[in-house]
Amino acid sequence: MAKRIEISGLHAYYGAVHAIEDISMTVEPRSVTAFIGPSGCGKSTFLRTLNRMHEVIPGARVEGKVMLDDEDLYGSDVDPVAVRRVVGMVFQRPNPFPTMSIYDNVAAGLKLNGVRRKSQLDEIVERSLKGANLWNEVKDRLSRPGAGLSGGQQQRLCIARAIAVQPQVLLMDEPCSALDPISTLAIEDLIAELKSQYTIVIVTHNMQQAARVSDRTAFFNIAGTGKPGKLIEIDDTSKIFTNPSEKATEDYITGRFG
Amino acid sequence: MTSEIDVGQRTDTAGNGRAGGRRMSTGRLGDQIFAHSARGSGVVLLAIMAAIAVFLIWRAVPALRANEANFLTEQEWNPNATPPVFGIAQLAFGTLMSSFLALLMATPVAIGIALFISFYAPRRLASGLGYLVDLLAAVPSIVYGLWGLHYFGTKMDDVGRFLNDYFSWIPLFGGDSVGGRSLLTASVILAIMILPIISSITREVFLQVPTANVEAALALGATRWETIRMAVLPFGRSGMISAAMLGLGRALGETIAVAMVLSTASGISIHILKDGGNTIAANIANSFAEAGETGRGALIASGLVLFVITLIVNMGARAIVARRKEFV
Ligand SMILES: Nc1ncnc2c1ncn2[C@@H]1O[C@H](COP(=O)(O)OP(=O)(O)O)[C@@H](O)[C@H]1O
Ligand SMILES: [Mg+2]
Repeated sequence: MAKRIEISGLHAYYGAVHAIEDISMTVEPRSVTAFIGPSGCGKSTFLRTLNRMHEVIPGARVEGKVMLDDEDLYGSDVDPVAVRRVVGMVFQRPNPFPTMSIYDNVAAGLKLNGVRRKSQLDEIVERSLKGANLWNEVKDRLSRPGAGLSGGQQQRLCIARAIAVQPQVLLMDEPCSALDPISTLAIEDLIAELKSQYTIVIVTHNMQQAARVSDRTAFFNIAGTGKPGKLIEIDDTSKIFTNPSEKATEDYITGRFG
Repeated sequence: MTSEIDVGQRTDTAGNGRAGGRRMSTGRLGDQIFAHSARGSGVVLLAIMAAIAVFLIWRAVPALRANEANFLTEQEWNPNATPPVFGIAQLAFGTLMSSFLALLMATPVAIGIALFISFYAPRRLASGLGYLVDLLAAVPSIVYGLWGLHYFGTKMDDVGRFLNDYFSWIPLFGGDSVGGRSLLTASVILAIMILPIISSITREVFLQVPTANVEAALALGATRWETIRMAVLPFGRSGMISAAMLGLGRALGETIAVAMVLSTASGISIHILKDGGNTIAANIANSFAEAGETGRGALIASGLVLFVITLIVNMGARAIVARRKEFV
């Protein structure tokens, strides 16, 4: 189910602003790849090019190639809606649908895919909430609003919503940055469990987190304000944090800048 | 004289003392001025409303006393006859019928326009279209009345005949003496008149939908329409209900356009294609000038009924909005 992502020569623009420049890398299936780098270097932008969410911003466009196994996500006959159904996303701020119950939040994507049978929905909702380590906390109040949960619970609800449709890739943009340490730990544990089934890409500001959860780490940097962000290097996480090839990476992870 | 000065000084000292005691809470004086003026305007508003209500009731009661018929159930409106015979039944029916029909026609169209402008139209077209719809609100109602009477009504004559010929099995479209000066014509004109307010408020509501929710739906692989159904419409639900109620309020109270279009004929009839029908507001506009003492009192009484109807409609809308408060 999990798929390999191969990116080559990728550029992203916001109108006339060149946000990221010429990125090429491979993301391995059933592994966690972390993106680190200073603010504004284009980590979120790059992540959003991987499920074609970048282009929903007016004026935004992408050049280059993203292959999901052997399918080009930016092929002329590819429907972005179809891409987003196989590449799931969890956002920086938990964003459950405020008008929906916990149950309906998890079932939202399933209904899009035409799952209508109550028994089937029940089963997948339960499985997804269990997968997101949230089931025990919410099983007695599935019909309550999702927005009534704590921040950490809401983020796990969003993860449950994303995995309910069994995507091939799961993208996470700083999923813990709005959460307390306990909730952060819960989500990191969850990521470790999920990687046996999914290709996971996580943007994080927190280098300890990258070191804890990821197998591969990509370091992005920006030459100066107004310049496009670039990929400096991508390597095994242990190598990046002990013996990076690039001086800029070493400076960043040792806290000398950024 | 002395005591006044004394009071003034005391207040002053008290004020100073408080300011001295709580240096930290800056802007305290501003807070107080604001609180008092807000409370003051609230009281004044209530007082004005109470005064209006008292005046209206005071004027209405003698006419209601003189009335030979039951004001609530009588269909005729002859307050100037001797003895006076008048009742609100037909007028209230015509008011509610035309307004609800107008709402029924206007709301889906208005929401459709708002959706198109907010989510589908290219940006340049969107702003032009929005402007055009808002312009509909700037047309004076007398113009709608003239247009309805001399142009649109004659077209509706044919439409009415067509509906009557083929759909008379639907009770609303049954009956005879079908014509262009019918409740349906009035309803369509009312619908056009309330369209802009519903549409522009709905657009405002759509602007409030958090991007995060829209992106959540898109990222799940929702199409544009699915995104609207998932994130936009549920979020905008209470706002759209409020918009519709504002429109309904306008339709209930619309006077001159309806008064010009309808050819007054008496009797409650659900046959909306028939010439005739009347509404409370239109009746007031038509009859006030030539009404006598009792006639004016009777019209004022009918105005009070309109006020109560509007109040009930608004409370109903609030109840609907409040029912799902838990979910936004
Ligand atoms: N919606 C947008 N419109 C215009 N520019 C944007 C937008 N979002 C991000 N940018 C710009 O793109 C660059 C990369 O931003 P982002 O991808 O959010 O960086 P990061 O996630 O690494 O902090 C920044 O210079 C930022 O100002
Ligand atoms: Mg970011």
